[in-house]
Amino acid sequence: MCSFICAAAGFVFLTGCTPPPTRVSIGDREQILHRGNGAEPQDIDPQTVTGVIEDHIIVALFEGLVSEDPHDLHPVPGVAERWDISDDKKTYTFHLRRNARWSNGAPVTAQDFVRSYRRILMPSLAAEYAYMLYVAVNAEEFNTGKITDFSQVGFKALDDFTLEVRLKNPTPYFLSLLNHYSWFPVPISVIERCGPIDQRGNRWTRPENFVGNGPFRLTKWKVNDVLVVKKNATYWDADKVRLREIRFYPVESHETEARAFQAGQLHMTYEAPLSKIDYYKKYHPELLRIDPFLGTYIYRFNVTKPPLNDKRVRRALAMTVDRVAIATRIRRAGEIPAYSFTPPDTAGYTCRAKLPYDPEQARKLLAEAGYPNGQSFPKLTIMFNTLESHKAIAEAVQEMWKKELNIEVELENQEWKVYIDNQRTLNYQIGRYAWIGDYVDPNSFLDMFITDGGNNQTGWSNKEYDRLIAEAGRTGDQPKRYELFQKAEGILLDEAPMVPVYHYVQPFLIQPSVQGWYPTILDHHPYKYVWLQPRAGNETQ
Amino acid sequence: MLRFIGRRILETIPVLFVIATMTFFLIRLTPGGPFDKEKNTTPEIRKALEAQYHLDRPLVVQYFEYLKQLLKGDLGPSFKYPNRSVNELIFDAFPASLELGILSLAVALVIGMTAGFIAALRKNTFYDYSAMSLAMVGICLPTFVLGPVLMLVFAIHLKWFNAIGWDFARDRALPALTLGFYFAAYVARLTRGGMLEILSQDFIRTARAKGVPTARVLFKHALRGGIAPVVSFLGPATAGVITGSFVIETIFQVPGLGRFFITSVSNRDYTLVVGTVLFYAVLIIFFNLLVDIVQVWLNPKLKFE
Repeated sequence: MCSFICAAAGFVFLTGCTPPPTRVSIGDREQILHRGNGAEPQDIDPQTVTGVIEDHIIVALFEGLVSEDPHDLHPVPGVAERWDISDDKKTYTFHLRRNARWSNGAPVTAQDFVRSYRRILMPSLAAEYAYMLYVAVNAEEFNTGKITDFSQVGFKALDDFTLEVRLKNPTPYFLSLLNHYSWFPVPISVIERCGPIDQRGNRWTRPENFVGNGPFRLTKWKVNDVLVVKKNATYWDADKVRLREIRFYPVESHETEARAFQAGQLHMTYEAPLSKIDYYKKYHPELLRIDPFLGTYIYRFNVTKPPLNDKRVRRALAMTVDRVAIATRIRRAGEIPAYSFTPPDTAGYTCRAKLPYDPEQARKLLAEAGYPNGQSFPKLTIMFNTLESHKAIAEAVQEMWKKELNIEVELENQEWKVYIDNQRTLNYQIGRYAWIGDYVDPNSFLDMFITDGGNNQTGWSNKEYDRLIAEAGRTGDQPKRYELFQKAEGILLDEAPMVPVYHYVQPFLIQPSVQGWYPTILDHHPYKYVWLQPRAGNETQ
Repeated sequence: MLRFIGRRILETIPVLFVIATMTFFLIRLTPGGPFDKEKNTTPEIRKALEAQYHLDRPLVVQYFEYLKQLLKGDLGPSFKYPNRSVNELIFDAFPASLELGILSLAVALVIGMTAGFIAALRKNTFYDYSAMSLAMVGICLPTFVLGPVLMLVFAIHLKWFNAIGWDFARDRALPALTLGFYFAAYVARLTRGGMLEILSQDFIRTARAKGVPTARVLFKHALRGGIAPVVSFLGPATAGVITGSFVIETIFQVPGLGRFFITSVSNRDYTLVVGTVLFYAVLIIFFNLLVDIVQVWLNPKLKFE
């Protein structure tokens, strides 16, 4: 017995002295990237999904007409090797490269794009991102069933390798828009073989059926475990692709993900847990990255009921939210205090108007509204969904309003779906919300607040604001467009149906061996420019 | 015995019917639906989605359609993961949960019964106090504390195991130990209590007086009766380790069913909610039946009734 124990102890000691190589060190050697990816993807059909998690995988498996520069995301040739733009900037003619191939070896043709766009716009598919194609002539009409003849929609294959896209209006951000996955081609003939093309749950995205046209192809998908993609030999630019494989791990807990990173099992995490940011900043800054991110955290007001139907009250509340304190003391990951809705320098646009922090002015406004020193002000409720940081921010705002305006505010924590339901039906007074831009343009933010906009959900409506946004949508003259946005956002901040709180950043952990992963505002990182550079002692902390 | 098993299976059918019905209506009456997202969708899209999943029909019609489907053994498509059926999700994920459950139970029984046995034999000694203190720690220490601690020590610092994953045999060690330790604590206390009770019985005294060797007294005469409380506990414990592994599955990234069980509710994945609830109900019923059979085998005074 004694000898058995000694032998066991000896084995444990020896194995303890020589730990096996980690996933990261093996991955570095073999160009296998291990990426923490937040949660299990719903699907990887670019035309039915809506999430960031899916986006991280889809961009490895598909490529659109244009691709992105890895540094600043400006459009570079993708499946289209070049394009012509008409003088009125409403017709784009894409010349597709002849060596672009699907992963089954078939050529990627202009008809593939037209058929793909028809599929995403089919009302029966109920694609949530179909509206991204509404810039094209009659796309909205076809999607909403007003017309049924797809030949009237602005997509036309002039021949196998020439695609024409006609736009309703000049759209300066159109080429960038093409990098949203809703614009990627899908293999219609493969989808047809697996079931009806407008049926969600069509099994074409299963590894045994999957066909894509991106730098990688799907080889394994085990739910809640791992999704593996391998280099696609048929990709037209395969020579440039240095990674052999990418493994996406659906780790939902940020803490678990950080521990896996520490143990050398992940090259990068989906996010860095807030609790670990200070530690990494202090002890291992080389492993922490805080990249800019195109998103804004806001508090929105239901303006349909008193007292929040009074602009003075809303402005008073907005002007007493100390955004610096929230960004630096509660979030602490480098978030930017927000005084406008659009993040600064969104495609060169920075809002001039501000909704400032000014408690003195706020008290005056509240008095003008009939509530001097907060007297007889009705009790308000801040609603938020269950998350520790939402709660902490709500508590801080509650305290700020009590201190500066002498008003009482209650907090109400709700389960996620209940929360969304209440926001949608305007069954709330004040609620948290966040908006992440779909593409780099102020329009991606500002058209949210048009009258009856699906995500407006405040009851706020302003005809002049609607007019300015509509006019901006009709002009291709960028300076004029931005001037219209300036005026519109000025109205939005003056009327204050919401309080911008902070602009997002993207904090995550990354091994120094990962190369070619540049900070980009949309958190896009084209994988064909990424590679792994093994170096000693780089993997665990 | 076969009649007993047959009757119990027949009794199961109305129980499962009630569970399916209640779960079906409760989850559908909960505010918020499967297609509610932070980014709102247009009414047209919402309508089309609801039509695809037959949610546009009256609730009672949906219920009878679901029951019809259920009779064929089809738990329906998942709302959250549209390219997978609920049957597939359950049968893909369950083996990991089952494996984790069996290993955890083995850990619980080996550690718990040994500790309880020693504690009973050395009643009121250092061994007894140590074993029971450890058991108390096991009960009080939540798995979400023990799991990360084990991971920090054995995966991050010593690097003997992976921190997450389910690829290699050694990946089972830390999750099974974390989950098993919690149940081991209960098993230890139950074993100690059961053994003490048996050891104080007359027939044990008689056996000792007749000069039967101690080992024979303990293992042949006392153990069978002494572990009876543990066996009673095994039914709910087995169901517990298999169904209650959500935290462990999250901490160690085990691709098991526990995570679906919890997240399906917050996703309002109606079919997955009913499917996992029914599946777990069947498991619990099965393990309780198994325990009843083992109890009769251990204690012939009981009868199949």
